[in-house]
Amino acid sequence: MITVENLTKSFVGASGPVNALNGVDLNVQAGTVLGVVGPSGAGKSTLARCVALLERPDSGAIRVDGTDLVSLGGTALRAARRQIGVVPQGDSLLRQRTAAGNVALPLEAAGVAGPQRRTRVAELLDLVGLTDKADSYPDQLSGGQRQRIAVARALAASPSVLLADEPTSALDPETTGSVLTVLDRARAELGVTVLVVTHDMGVVRRICDDIAVLEQGRVVEHGKVLDLVADAGSRTAASLLPAVDQNPAADSAHDRVADVVLVGFAAVGALLPEAASRFGVELNLLGGGLTRLAETPVARFRVGLRGDRADSALEWISDAGAAVQRTPKGPQGVAA
Amino acid sequence: MVGVSTLVATVLGIPVGVLLQLTAPGGLRPRPWPHKLLGFVVDLGRAMPFLILLVVLTSITRTVIGVSIGPTAAIVPLSVGAVPFVARLVQNVLSEVHVAAVEAAVTTGASTLRIVRSVLLGESLPALINAIGVTAIALLGYSAMAGVLGGGGLGDLAVRLGYQRFDDRVLWSTVAVLAVVATVIQFVFNRAARGVDRRRHASV
Repeated sequence: MITVENLTKSFVGASGPVNALNGVDLNVQAGTVLGVVGPSGAGKSTLARCVALLERPDSGAIRVDGTDLVSLGGTALRAARRQIGVVPQGDSLLRQRTAAGNVALPLEAAGVAGPQRRTRVAELLDLVGLTDKADSYPDQLSGGQRQRIAVARALAASPSVLLADEPTSALDPETTGSVLTVLDRARAELGVTVLVVTHDMGVVRRICDDIAVLEQGRVVEHGKVLDLVADAGSRTAASLLPAVDQNPAADSAHDRVADVVLVGFAAVGALLPEAASRFGVELNLLGGGLTRLAETPVARFRVGLRGDRADSALEWISDAGAAVQRTPKGPQGVAA
Repeated sequence: MVGVSTLVATVLGIPVGVLLQLTAPGGLRPRPWPHKLLGFVVDLGRAMPFLILLVVLTSITRTVIGVSIGPTAAIVPLSVGAVPFVARLVQNVLSEVHVAAVEAAVTTGASTLRIVRSVLLGESLPALINAIGVTAIALLGYSAMAGVLGGGGLGDLAVRLGYQRFDDRVLWSTVAVLAVVATVIQFVFNRAARGVDRRRHASV
């Protein structure tokens, strides 16, 4: 488990001090994946560098399993670094060492003896699916393979936390998938707590349990992805859910119009048809669509209802666990 | 003469170059004042004309080697002259190591000594070998100068038998031999550097 408490960091810029982090609080439960997202300049990289203990924050704490690592120095700091495996931004492999040699680096630093080291390296290469590339040099590997080796290296010394800084930023969609799969396996098979800093919401969509949205050095949204998508006003919902096209003509043809967010298998499959039949209303899908967040299907539909009991039907849908937000409609709504 | 002084200059120059890079701004252990001081001493050594060094070091040479004249004695001024040269070359080479690779090693909790060995020196091995080759050829040139002051060797031959006795044939044959030696040294070091290079290069 890792917690970040009230982290602040400022730099001296060309026009005075720049506050990169203004009191950032984060909390990642053991064995979960947190995605830190935000626009460029929000402070993502600074946060990642602070958590990697490459940059010392001005104030605040970074606790791994309770111990604050910020104030450490010397040998204690070096020992603390082994608790956080880091996949740095960009190409970070040693080009003069083989894939296996790169993965072995943290083990050498930790003083692990030769035979054990080789066993561990083999395990990790297997975890990232690159056993056959053990003797290849980084320049002989593709970008995605290099990044998977970087993940294996970060995991080598069995850290409790894995930090990945923009792990997929230079990759095409297909190789991005292979790197994310490896991060997900690390969590699932090793129980590592994962913190991914990314500008790509696709990363959140595919592997993150929790999300933190960073804006101007502050966390403006932090919680479970599946909770936040059900909150229509959240940034997470806005960027992860299928878009709904505005269609005033279709809206005005119905008695009630609402946006419905459904989470989970049962809800997506059965809720809307059942509401229609139960209350004897006509229920039409006007827009939106279905998506998948990690393993969970999630839908946002704009529905139009016709019938006397339309309001009751919407209430029933809401009571059944869906997030329902009515949109203004009728002559006034269209005029506005 | 050239071989031994190249070896000595390498063995002494690499640690100085590593120290220069570690203490530099943006290095692993930035120490502005020690860095400036060391840099000043190194540059002073490089600015010193070799001929002056040769004369100044005579007494030290006698203490170390026992004699102050001859090929063996020339090793001392040659090595001393080349150490600052090697140090600057090494610092330049190390400063080119990709920062992300160094930071990645830092995050593994590796000690500075290990990062120097595995990352800084390991990653720049081909460039280091080339730098030593450059040093060896520079020392070949210097050794001719040492020949003037009784250092012996090919330079000595060229000056005494060629230039001073007006024997152009000896003079130019010696120069030709030196040129061949320089070419061979360059070739060997190029080969060695390429042999340990694991990076991909454009082959046009």
